[in-house]
Amino acid sequence: MLKVSGVHTFYGAIEALKGVDIEIGAGEIVSLIGANGAGKSTLLMTICGSPRARMGRITFEGQDITQMPTYELVRLGIAQSPEGRRIFPRMSVLENLQMGSITAKPGSFANELERVLTLFPRLKERISQRAGTMSGGEQQMLAIGRALMSQPRLLLLDEPSLGLAPLVVKQIFQAVKDINREQKMTVFMVEQNAFHALKLAHRGYVMVNGKVTMSGTGAELLANEEVRSAYLEGGH
Amino acid sequence: MEYFLQQLINGLSLGAIYGLIAIGYTMVYGIIGMINFAHGEIYMIGAFVALITFLAIGSLGITWVPLALLVMLVASMLFTAVYGWTVERIAYRPLRSSPRLAPLISAIGMSIFLQNYVQILQGARSKPLQPILPGNLTLMDGAVSVSYVRLATIIITIALMYGFTQLITRTSLGRAQRACEQDKKMASLLGVNVDRVISLTFVMGAALAAVAGMMVLLIYGVIDFYIGFLAGVKAFTAAVLGGIGSLPGAMLGGVVIGLIEAFWSGYMGSEWKDVATFTILVLVLIFRPTGLLGRPEIEKV
Repeated sequence: MLKVSGVHTFYGAIEALKGVDIEIGAGEIVSLIGANGAGKSTLLMTICGSPRARMGRITFEGQDITQMPTYELVRLGIAQSPEGRRIFPRMSVLENLQMGSITAKPGSFANELERVLTLFPRLKERISQRAGTMSGGEQQMLAIGRALMSQPRLLLLDEPSLGLAPLVVKQIFQAVKDINREQKMTVFMVEQNAFHALKLAHRGYVMVNGKVTMSGTGAELLANEEVRSAYLEGGH
Repeated sequence: MEYFLQQLINGLSLGAIYGLIAIGYTMVYGIIGMINFAHGEIYMIGAFVALITFLAIGSLGITWVPLALLVMLVASMLFTAVYGWTVERIAYRPLRSSPRLAPLISAIGMSIFLQNYVQILQGARSKPLQPILPGNLTLMDGAVSVSYVRLATIIITIALMYGFTQLITRTSLGRAQRACEQDKKMASLLGVNVDRVISLTFVMGAALAAVAGMMVLLIYGVIDFYIGFLAGVKAFTAAVLGGIGSLPGAMLGGVVIGLIEAFWSGYMGSEWKDVATFTILVLVLIFRPTGLLGRPEIEKV
């Protein structure tokens, strides 16, 4: 469904991605794990063309999207809940969700809203509250909910568990699992919380210093010695 | 009392004009963080387009005043909006990712260019316009008289402000605009064409400034290529006074400045009215640096 081949991305002179190859099949949950600064978020943003890949190719369902304007990707069916959540703090929860649906088919808003509010009942309670005044967990739910409003076929999630209480993390991962199973939505997730991310994922990749160093099924990576010592043990 | 009322009405109509121009400054600042110093010139062009339209429809034989005014208003808003769009396209968009100083210089250059452009095309002499809408509404046994033009200015401004507020708070275009103000990158991830929203912001600001230009033409009956400068500075002051980036702030700032000018001129003489205006600005900025309705820059995320 999504294919990233040989992608290099630069911030000025600094090479953040040094030839990344990743493939995501329809219906999969794929997790990308790695340390801080490895380039995980850069990869997600590069898929959306901001920053743009300087070399390499990104295709979505066979279509080359490497040079496509960022605002057109969501029309193809790619939505992102980005690093730092980036909700609109001075808008209400409802307005944030409306922003998520600007490319959706007319008339589908009420249905999608219902679906998102069922998935995250907390948002229903807060629907007219200013988004910037909510807790971190609620903001994360809003960021994911907003991405879902466009009815994407590929959902990109950047660190959905960052800075959240364990119980909230559990809720959010459960929600991701439900979305994938019930709506057949493909999910590509970047996580530092390697244990949860790999347990949830069908497949996983490990990124070190701008390169993919390992890949395999979630279970394989969880059992791998290197992965265990670098990302799992001591961390929990 | 009568005198006070008279000045109040003068101040309100003047304030409405400043407010309409100030909205353009504040919206552009809100969305791309720059001061569009050519905006005063956009207002001046609005006044000229209104005048030219009046002469054109006069020669076509349209003499029914309401129709003439409507055509003037629409033509002025339309053509001036095109100027606003073009200015952004030529002078600011290519500099979008440059250091902040670059578009500022470009804006000043645009301002000088537009002044000279109108001076060359229309001449440097001031252009008169005969009163199109003469007559006064007299109140309190004739002690207070309000010209129909000033009354119309206030009413049209209120109507425009109402419509505009609805547009910004209720429509998807307004939502996209506010989203771009808060986080352009996120807006584009959600499918907003940020460049188009920025263009529309300039178009809307220019259209409102055009209304102000036409009102000034009708009230004072004379314009020249240089009127954009002082009006621009005053409206910019209004935007800062109200809190730059805030729409109600721009309107409030405009009204406050209009009232200060009117009352100072009415009671103290008109020589020092600009000093009074800018003194108030300095005082507000000392004690409330974010303006009357502005919000502090720091925000918990």
